[in-house]
Amino acid sequence: MILSSKEKGHTMKFITIDKKDWAKGIENSRKAYQLFGPVKEKNGVLIKNLEKGVLPLMEYTDSVMSAKSVMFPQSEMILKTTLDESKEDHHIMKRVDTNYSPRAVVGMRPFDAKAIQLVKMNFDTKDFRDPYWCDAYEATTFVGLAVNKPGLYDFSTSAGSGPFGEDGLDVLLADMDDKYVAKILSDKGQDFIDIFAVGTSSDEKESQVLFDVLRKEAEKNIASAIETDKLKDKTILYLHEAPFWDDVAFSCINCGTCTYVCPTCWCFDIQDETKRKASTRFRNWDTCMSSLFTSHASGHNPRDAKTQRVRQRFMHKLKYFPDKYEEGIMCVGCGRCVKSCPVNIDIRKVAKTMNSYENKE
Amino acid sequence: MNTCTKRIREIASALLEKKEVEKVIGFATGTIPMASNPIVVTSKQDVEKLVFNSTCGLNLANYIRNHKGKIAVIAKGCDARNIVTHVIENQADREKLHIIGVPCSGMIDKNKVASLFKDDIVEFIEDGDTATIKSATKEETINKKDYLRHNCSLCTHKNPVIYDDLACDEGEEQSLEIPYPDVDAIQSLDANAKWQHFQELTKNCIRCYSCRNARPLCYCPTCFVDEAGPQWVGKGQDETDVNTFHFLRAFHCAGRCTDCGACVEACPMDINVRDFTRKLNKDSFELFGWEAGLDTTRRPPLDSYSPDDPNDFIK
Amino acid sequence: MENPYMPYPVRIDDIEIATEDRSLKTFKFVFLNKEDEEKFSYQAGQFAELSIPGVGEIPIGIASSPVEKGFVKFTVFRTGVVTTHLHNMKVGDIMGIRGPLGNWYPWEKLENKNIVIIGGGFAFTTLRSSIIYMLDSANRNKFKNIDVVYGARSPGMLLYREELFEWEKRDDINMHITVDGTDDPEWKYHTGFVPQIVEQNAPKADDDTYAIICGPPIMIKFTQPSLVQLGYRDDQIIMSLENRMKCGIGMCGRCNIGKELVCKDGPVFTLEELNQTPKEY
Repeated sequence: MILSSKEKGHTMKFITIDKKDWAKGIENSRKAYQLFGPVKEKNGVLIKNLEKGVLPLMEYTDSVMSAKSVMFPQSEMILKTTLDESKEDHHIMKRVDTNYSPRAVVGMRPFDAKAIQLVKMNFDTKDFRDPYWCDAYEATTFVGLAVNKPGLYDFSTSAGSGPFGEDGLDVLLADMDDKYVAKILSDKGQDFIDIFAVGTSSDEKESQVLFDVLRKEAEKNIASAIETDKLKDKTILYLHEAPFWDDVAFSCINCGTCTYVCPTCWCFDIQDETKRKASTRFRNWDTCMSSLFTSHASGHNPRDAKTQRVRQRFMHKLKYFPDKYEEGIMCVGCGRCVKSCPVNIDIRKVAKTMNSYENKE
Repeated sequence: MNTCTKRIREIASALLEKKEVEKVIGFATGTIPMASNPIVVTSKQDVEKLVFNSTCGLNLANYIRNHKGKIAVIAKGCDARNIVTHVIENQADREKLHIIGVPCSGMIDKNKVASLFKDDIVEFIEDGDTATIKSATKEETINKKDYLRHNCSLCTHKNPVIYDDLACDEGEEQSLEIPYPDVDAIQSLDANAKWQHFQELTKNCIRCYSCRNARPLCYCPTCFVDEAGPQWVGKGQDETDVNTFHFLRAFHCAGRCTDCGACVEACPMDINVRDFTRKLNKDSFELFGWEAGLDTTRRPPLDSYSPDDPNDFIK
Repeated sequence: MENPYMPYPVRIDDIEIATEDRSLKTFKFVFLNKEDEEKFSYQAGQFAELSIPGVGEIPIGIASSPVEKGFVKFTVFRTGVVTTHLHNMKVGDIMGIRGPLGNWYPWEKLENKNIVIIGGGFAFTTLRSSIIYMLDSANRNKFKNIDVVYGARSPGMLLYREELFEWEKRDDINMHITVDGTDDPEWKYHTGFVPQIVEQNAPKADDDTYAIICGPPIMIKFTQPSLVQLGYRDDQIIMSLENRMKCGIGMCGRCNIGKELVCKDGPVFTLEELNQTPKEY
């Protein structure tokens, strides 16, 4: 075990990595980590397991999918058993063996790291711990890449994150032309940089100044925001019963795209599959956009209508979650749902509608 | 504002004013460049929201089911063909539909346009046959016809086949010597290469079902992928299950698909699911001389039975 | 902390047909490992996931009572894929139980109070658990008057008939058994719908009286006005909800009503609490 769980004290070190040495560092880190990172595929930029020889893509504006899948794959085996009654332990479920050796996600966006912190509130609670998510989370080192030039869809600064956000990251890399400067944010991050083993220590004050200059420049590029400041003062029922939901939902085709590309959407389904006598219990991403999501076996469905499902998504992100956890909205402003929605339902517009809603009666 | 948009607004406004329809279904300008947003307009002042341009790539026939009163709908060539299909399949009552037909000059391929830029497009302005596109770092002017979606470049039914009003003049239809070059190319592959092609095609499908939901053909109350008793297909990412979804979805559309391209437009993973449906369209054409959505009096070939069917198995 | 998705292995010890139409069966399970029974320590009102490998899981209220040892019991209505499969299983089969899950009726708050239990149809399972718990000699003196209104379509559709008639004979519980209708001339209990029997027989509200309601939505809808008529405040009306669930531990996201998760923050809520949430159940 390379990672030490105990805190070694607050580190604030900066390391300069010459881009010429980058590939070497990545190769070094493979010795101790399963690597994940952005990869360009025909479908766009995805966050994937980096196979041997593949470097993380370090110049990209948006990735279609977020880094949530590193902890929470779209389809994941959780339990297994045999249905063969001649076996002694038939029908007795066992946990599936998963490789939780150290992982590192390299080149992820800061807003995705923030999103993982929000998802953590769901999977790591005082009552229950989701062992699959938590084990993967603990095994993972998060190496972020700051966004020097935020894209059009980025509104992270108004959603509790930002192009240089540090929340949830172990290392934050900033691209400075011919080099990366790495800010080490945790012990896990220090361990990663030790194994990466290229780069030289930089002056802390000077580096922080450089980071601040780039951060301010980047933040200036973010042109849009999500407005949620007045939502706290409106009750759940007041917003739930507001008259605008039919209009918001009209164009929705109830695909789950927004929820699948969202780095903070954590809902899942549990399914059993059997091949011959080997039975596996899976969990798959699920989506509140599907009517099946809430449909009772009796046929009764509390969110039968499209409007109810669209409302659920926005209310969950902008009202239920903030009210329940008091940690802000369940959105980090990555803009993926805005970009991917086939019918252009824009969370910024919906938030504005909710935020400014005043019942005139 | 283009003349077509202007005319759509005039027609919509008159229909609402005279209370001939309760609502008008059309497109509004999106919140992001190259996007449009299907909307429903019920009042005269909201008519100003209606637009029509080459980013209106979804199919509005998808929005005409389950309305009580009479509605108007904006229909480009393929939307109109899907309205015909809806009428044949009893999903829409022709009497309760006022179709505002829009002869279409094709929808732009948003990915192809985006590929001209390294950074995000921040502005897309159309002017007749050209469009000017800006990102933070550069500006490009394109001829729209060079950047049409693949289905639009092969379209032979740009003019609505059915309408009550026309929003602009009809254009000349192209005739194609080779109507299915893409299908021919796949057909010419050997079995292994074909298999490889389709494996590559559906790789990274996230099963969001936006292809299914964007197309007007899929209106089953419970889709076979959602059916729990019996469960026809697994719900995970196993490639057999992913492919089963795509294959069956395509077969359910045989003889009904108008190649409107809404499925591809909607796919967040840029999967050209038309590779499946186009083959079936070609077969329908070659085996039955059939193109979907051209005639409100004839049912699709795989949906009709006749005692003099030449095949023995059906007797 | 243990894996909350891991079911305890159990063996089906007994299967009893619970209603005349055979749509409900009561399953008695024993834990394969004795120590699991201790881990599965529950309160009346909680539920569990019945877990059939290869088929799936289904959330069901626990019908046995914490005071009954050596087994757990669930009465299951045959309706979907998992329940249909379960109905076809036989004594001796191995499956799993995951839980206990959710909150329970607020037993501490209910101490030294009069309790009115109102149930309809097959939503009587956790109410049975509650009655057995309260009637247990160790607990009976913790509660004041206990009234039970329970109705079903016909005598043959009443769950736990023998127990009902036993309770009827006791003097420390007031039973008001009713059926919608019957042609049995021997039927010696009430005839009529639950709301009406509540109005006629349930005690009037006072600060020390609480009502617990479980039943089909239609019964709940019409029983509420009866309780209001009798003077019950919203915080004195306690209800148990059902929603589609998968994980049962508040993570999978589908059973929420507003910010409350029915599986974890519920299934038991007061009407006062429910009045603050969207009616998405």
